[in-house]
Formats: sequence, structure tokens, C-alpha cells
Amino acid sequence: MSQLSIRGLSVRYAGDAGAAASQVLALAEVNLDIEPGGFVVALGASGCGKTTLLNCIAGFMRPSTGQILLDGKPITGPGAERGVVFQKHALMPWLSVVDNVAFGPQMQGMSKADRQALARDKLKLVGLETHAAKPVYQLSGGQQQRVGIARALAADPAVLLMDEPLGALDALTRETIQELILDLWHRTQKIIFFITHSVEEALFLATELVVMTPGPGRIAQRIPLDFGKRYTECRDARAIKSSADFIAMRERVLSMIHAPKDDHG
Amino acid sequence: MAEPTSTPPAEIKAVRGYSIPGEGSSVKISICTVIGLLALWWVATHMGWIKDLFLPTPERIAKSFVDATKGDIQGGKPLTEHFYWSLLRVFAAFLLAVVTAVPVGVAMGVSRVFRGLFDPPIEFYRPLPPLAYLPLIVIWFGIEETAKIILIYLACFAPLAMAARAGVKSVTIEQINAAYSLGANKWQVIRYVVIPAAMPEILTGMRIAVGFGWTTLVAAEMVAATAGLGQMVLNASNFLRTDVVIMGIVVIGVVAYLFDLLMRRVEIWAVPWKGRM
Repeated sequence: MSQLSIRGLSVRYAGDAGAAASQVLALAEVNLDIEPGGFVVALGASGCGKTTLLNCIAGFMRPSTGQILLDGKPITGPGAERGVVFQKHALMPWLSVVDNVAFGPQMQGMSKADRQALARDKLKLVGLETHAAKPVYQLSGGQQQRVGIARALAADPAVLLMDEPLGALDALTRETIQELILDLWHRTQKIIFFITHSVEEALFLATELVVMTPGPGRIAQRIPLDFGKRYTECRDARAIKSSADFIAMRERVLSMIHAPKDDHG
Repeated sequence: MAEPTSTPPAEIKAVRGYSIPGEGSSVKISICTVIGLLALWWVATHMGWIKDLFLPTPERIAKSFVDATKGDIQGGKPLTEHFYWSLLRVFAAFLLAVVTAVPVGVAMGVSRVFRGLFDPPIEFYRPLPPLAYLPLIVIWFGIEETAKIILIYLACFAPLAMAARAGVKSVTIEQINAAYSLGANKWQVIRYVVIPAAMPEILTGMRIAVGFGWTTLVAAEMVAATAGLGQMVLNASNFLRTDVVIMGIVVIGVVAYLFDLLMRRVEIWAVPWKGRM
């Protein structure tokens, strides 16, 4: 069981030609601790720094100040213990579905037979075992995201980072994959850090909702939630999403996100 | 209220979907063009509009082709031998270019240092016509096969290196980041992500390079060759055998077209995902 802690994280992007005026403070003094098995969802308008935060955790970029610790060890770059699911354009079209999923184990030197068996196992988890031999470009958008999730799981990371993985999908597909993600989280007990624009999605999935505000990006509010846990018990997403406390929470969060915008006019 | 019928009545006319300007197959029109040109050629030569020296009849060209296959031309070598030498030169040079230009192009795409090193020499010689540096190649490498292969090699190298370098850019940052977060190191990212992603452009570069090589062939065979399609055409022109000249040109053109068809097949087979993701 792993623990992730973010300490005093600030990111200032170097602007055009390094001019001070064009520098942007994307994140200011962000502190966040994610407990073992936590499902943290970052929600906020564009420019609130949520993708920057995810990129720092993934190790794709270095923060200006502060550090991120995974089980006490500082993160200095990308690594297999932090799996990432992207919004799109991240699968390898020259590989079949099963070879995409087996990519991580292949990089770590696992034998072909072993990694294929492992990949088929993960494909079964996301319901795509019958599509193993297909080329990925023949899959629908929702199926491609399932492959992305299976691929991240195949490297057996301690933390799953999801950067708006459902942002490009239609509403119906989105709901089924939300349920799939909750199911996988419940089964594997991995830490998940998830980014979304959708308030409903955030409320449904999170054990802790992190509402972020822009200019500079910071955490405005942290709300513990249990709708996702309730789903793993009752398996009735519609009942949860139409319950009175879900709707009340949705309105509360929406007003929270909209409030700062009025100040800027 | 009438029940909706399960089979629509036959009189409903099928309509086309949206159309964009220039869509549809142009093959039939192209076939008509070719037949038209051949007919014009036949009429012009048989009516005596053009002298036989400038443009022989189509039958004469066909006959010189048959004669050439039997070796019944100046030099006495059959067409197959000319063809064999030309093909050997082009493919030796092309293969040499593939194994050198692709690594150089990829290195230029992924490394600032390699880009800085190779950019000036390649950009300098790339726009030069091969005929312009042919004399220098002869001074350096003599008039044997080496000089010919080097000339064709240089013609193939630049477009291939440029294509590989541009192809590196078609990898997405998400694919690279995904590979890193799946535990890949920098070399694995280049080997398993960057190069496969560049393959569509590399294959397009190969297609262009084969074309360039074939174009340069005639120039290369001007240098003291004793066999080769280019040599055959040049030799025939010295004897005013216009029929052999035209036959040679047609053979060179048809072979180039077949190369291109072959490369397109290779593209479909090797990079079926091109343009689909």
C-alpha cells in the first residue's frame, strides 16, 4: 500500500524567450496527501493547473519548488510505479491491442509468452479479451481508452494517474467506463489521481474531491466523498447519481467553481 | 395510421452522400488519354506529318524492343543485360542509402547535436543537380562502378534522411510520455516508439528516393558504362537510332512506374495504420 504526498509544489512556466512578463505561475504552494487506496479527483476550470499537477506527479516535468514523495522517496522523473492514462493519442497504432498492453512488461524485459499472458489477463479486466489480436485503430474511442487503462495496469503501478481519460468520449460510454474504473480501483486498491472537467464524474468517482482555482493554480477546497464506495457496494450508479445528497453536493460544488469567475467579471 | 413497412418500395431512388470537388475515380479517363495519345502518334507517323528520324512509328518501336531483347542492337548486348546492370546499380545504391540515411535522419530528429552536424552538408548538396558534381565524383572515384553507385547513392540519401528526420516529428508527446511511464528508457523510446512512428514518412521517403535514384541513373551511366539502360539510350542516339532511344525511354519510364506501384504496396503492408490514428 503506497502513499503519495505533495509538499509546497509551485510551478512557474518560462514564457516566450524567458521574458519575465510572459512567465505564468501555474501552481502556487500546493500541498496534498493521498492515503493508501485514495481516489483523488482534481476538478477545475481550464488553466487551474490540474494537468500541471498530474505531469509533476508523473515526472514528465520538474516543479520550480517543492517536492513529491511516493512512499517517502522523492520523484525525479517518470517511472513504472506511476502509470498514466491519457486523454488520447497515446496508444501505439503499429502494435496490436495485446502488444500495446504488453508494452510495459516488454520494456522491463519480460519474455514474450509471459507478457502476452499478462496482457490478456488485463484485457479481460477491461472486457476486451476478444479484441486482443486486433489493430488498435479498428477500436472505438471507448475501447481505445479501455486498452489505455489495461496497458497502465499491466505495469502494475502503485499509483494510477488519469488525465481526463473520458473527456473525448460520448456520455453513455463515459458512464460505463466510470463504473469500470471504480470496479478496478475497488479490486486493486491502487491510489488513483484523476482529472476531469465534469462535476458529476468527479463526485461519483472520488473519495476526496480537490477543487482547484486558476490564477495562480491552487487547491480551493478538499471534500471527502463516498459515492464511489457506495457504488462498489450497491452497483447502482443511477440510484446514486439521482439521490438527494448527490444532487445537493453537485450544486454546492458547481457554485464553488462558478463563484471566483464573478470576481474577475 | 399505416404501419411502417419493413421493406422499402423499390421505386425509392438511391442518392449520393455529400461530395467534394474532384472526387471519384479518374482511371477510365486516364486510359482514354493514353489510347488517344497512341492513336495520335500512329496517325502522325503514318500520314507522314513527322519524319521517321524524329519520331518512328509505334510498330518500329515495338520491333526495336523485340530486337533488343534478342541482342540485335549496337553493342550486341540483349536488353535484359542492360536492364540487369541498371537495376543492380540503382538497388545497390538505394539499399546503401536506406541503411545509412535512415539512422542519420532519425539521429537528426532526436538529437540537437546530430542535427547541427549533418544539417549544413546535407542542405548544401541536396539542391545540387547530380550532373553538377558528377565530374568531381569521377575525379575522386574513377569511372568504374563505384563512381556510378556513389552518384545514385547521394541522390537517394538526401530525401531519405529528410523524410526520416521529419518522420520523427510525427510521434506524439503522449506516446513518448506513456512509454516513459511504462518503464522505458531513452533508447527504448527511440527504438520502440520514435522509429515505428516515423515509419510512414520513412516509407514515403523511400518511394521518393527510388525515384531520384532512377532519375540519376542515366547521368551515372553517361560515364564510360558498357551496359545499362542509360548507356543503351545514349549509344543509340550517337547512331541516330531514334527508335531505340524512344524504346529505352519507355522502358525506363515503365520500370519507374512499377517501382512506385511496388513501394505503394509495401506501404500498405508495412504501415496499415497510416492516416488512421
